[in-house]
Amino acid sequence: MAPVATPFFFYLLSGIMLIGGILVITRKNPVHSALALIVTLLAQASIYLMLYAPFVAGVQIILYAGGIMVLFLFVIMLVSIDRSMRERQFNSQWIPGIIAATALGGLFMAVFTKGNDIFPEHALPMVENDNTQQIAMKLYGQYMFAFEIASLLLLVAIIGAVVMAKKRI
Amino acid sequence: MGQILDYIKSYLSSSQTPGAAGNMFWVLVYILLVFAGLSVAVIAMNWLERKILAHMQVRLGPMRVGPHGLMQPIADAIKLLLKEDIMPAEADGLIFWVAPFVVVLAAFTTFVVVPFGPTHAITDMNIGILFMLGVSSLSVLGIVMAGWASNSHYPLIGALRSSAQMVSYEVAMGLAVVSAILMTSLNAEGTGTLSMIGIVQAQLAQGEWFIFKFFPLGLIAFFIFAVAMVAETNRAPFDLAEAESELTAGFHTEYSGFRWSLFFLAEYSAMIAVSSIAVTLWLGGWLRPFPNFLNNSTWDLVFSLFPGVTFLLFAAMCFYNALRMPKHPLFRVQTIGLAGFGVVLGLIGLVLFIPAVSVRIQDIFWFSAKVAGFMYLYIWYRGTFPRYRFDQLMRMGWKVLLPMGLGVLILTASVALLQQKLWHQ
Repeated sequence: MAPVATPFFFYLLSGIMLIGGILVITRKNPVHSALALIVTLLAQASIYLMLYAPFVAGVQIILYAGGIMVLFLFVIMLVSIDRSMRERQFNSQWIPGIIAATALGGLFMAVFTKGNDIFPEHALPMVENDNTQQIAMKLYGQYMFAFEIASLLLLVAIIGAVVMAKKRI
Repeated sequence: MGQILDYIKSYLSSSQTPGAAGNMFWVLVYILLVFAGLSVAVIAMNWLERKILAHMQVRLGPMRVGPHGLMQPIADAIKLLLKEDIMPAEADGLIFWVAPFVVVLAAFTTFVVVPFGPTHAITDMNIGILFMLGVSSLSVLGIVMAGWASNSHYPLIGALRSSAQMVSYEVAMGLAVVSAILMTSLNAEGTGTLSMIGIVQAQLAQGEWFIFKFFPLGLIAFFIFAVAMVAETNRAPFDLAEAESELTAGFHTEYSGFRWSLFFLAEYSAMIAVSSIAVTLWLGGWLRPFPNFLNNSTWDLVFSLFPGVTFLLFAAMCFYNALRMPKHPLFRVQTIGLAGFGVVLGLIGLVLFIPAVSVRIQDIFWFSAKVAGFMYLYIWYRGTFPRYRFDQLMRMGWKVLLPMGLGVLILTASVALLQQKLWHQ
């Protein structure tokens, strides 16, 4: 099977992601921001697909579709859209912004120019056909303990939310 | 030119789905076929639902346009296309415009992985079932977008109800699906699969549909899914998002004309999509009844006659009703039309008897027949169940279906483990 991971798709998807990301922070209406966020995340899921990680892509779609839904509801219920439309969008902190941007940009440039020396050369294995199985083996074998700890943490968060939301249980 | 022909022909000798074979021409053909078939199925569902509901309520249903109202869906479609497309002045233009397309896209994209047969799917993905659940969960986003962008009270309430309902029932649905996927791992080689084709092949290899596996565990998981999928598609008795006695039309109150018909199309294709998940996971997908037990050439021949016989039965029904038509001259056109429809159905039935055709069409027939059963159930639910109240709906989802799903998952895992242990001794 011919690989689909052509540069064209990479540039297309990254372009969509960048535009979506910029829209998230520049839209005044928070609902539009939430929708731009889901466009970004879907493009990201497609990039995972391109990297032969279908399981991660599928999970990304499922989790973020639900997550953005909840965000959407928060916006509808908690944010006054009329007021947020009149608010100032940016707080004009130019100096810290420029410092952070140059630091990050420098890092990217360094990786881009010297990446071949820093990282070991490694051809991408096309393990699309048993990608999910591989992840399961790793998750429930090698990293079982970390996985269980994470689920315990989530359980604590769920119980905490219920306790805080309900006076009488 | 010859090169292109060779490219087109090269797929015919392979035994893969066109997506897996990487043949763009056949992928395109399959996409168009699925799209056309789906549209026809939605039109047929529209007519059938109105007719069956009417007969359940001792009415006649549509009778005016065409014999027995057969042309009614076409008349409806023309009406909807010609209607004015109204957008409320205070609506959020872009989101209002995009929302129906999001819903339709989500409903149609799931069909990329639906296996109508071992080779009759657009493509087979390693994450098939995960992809279907993920993409179909995007449709709720479209519903909330529609409800919010209408900038009106009833749509907003409908959208909020729909989102709460979908988020709650998705959990129980996921647990039921996981317990079915767990069963796929009980093959000889011991690795499960999420691929839709792989799931059906696992049922063939294990010699039973997953609904009967570890009786009654498979059946309970199927039941949970069957309830959750009705809630997931916003159909009666879980149609609180569009409860017409409370919310006018719910989230699509402000939509009209073509855009409204997109919501309609999306609702019915989503119903077909979730039904095909249920068929694939629990009812053996494209497998005919008893593929292992009644496995000799005589039974193969008998079961290969089914598609043709079904169409001949439909044709016979048409002829019978053409004979029963009133003998008044005003009904002559309708009688001839019904008989003509019967002739078309009968000819299709006869074509399906040709061995070369029936071999290729058989998988698709059994899959569609099982899905059609679910479609009938949907109509039956709508005709017989009263609508749930919202607190009852939430209690059902969180306090009944979710614990049941967890219990079934744990029990399935334990039984599977026990079986595996006994096997190895």
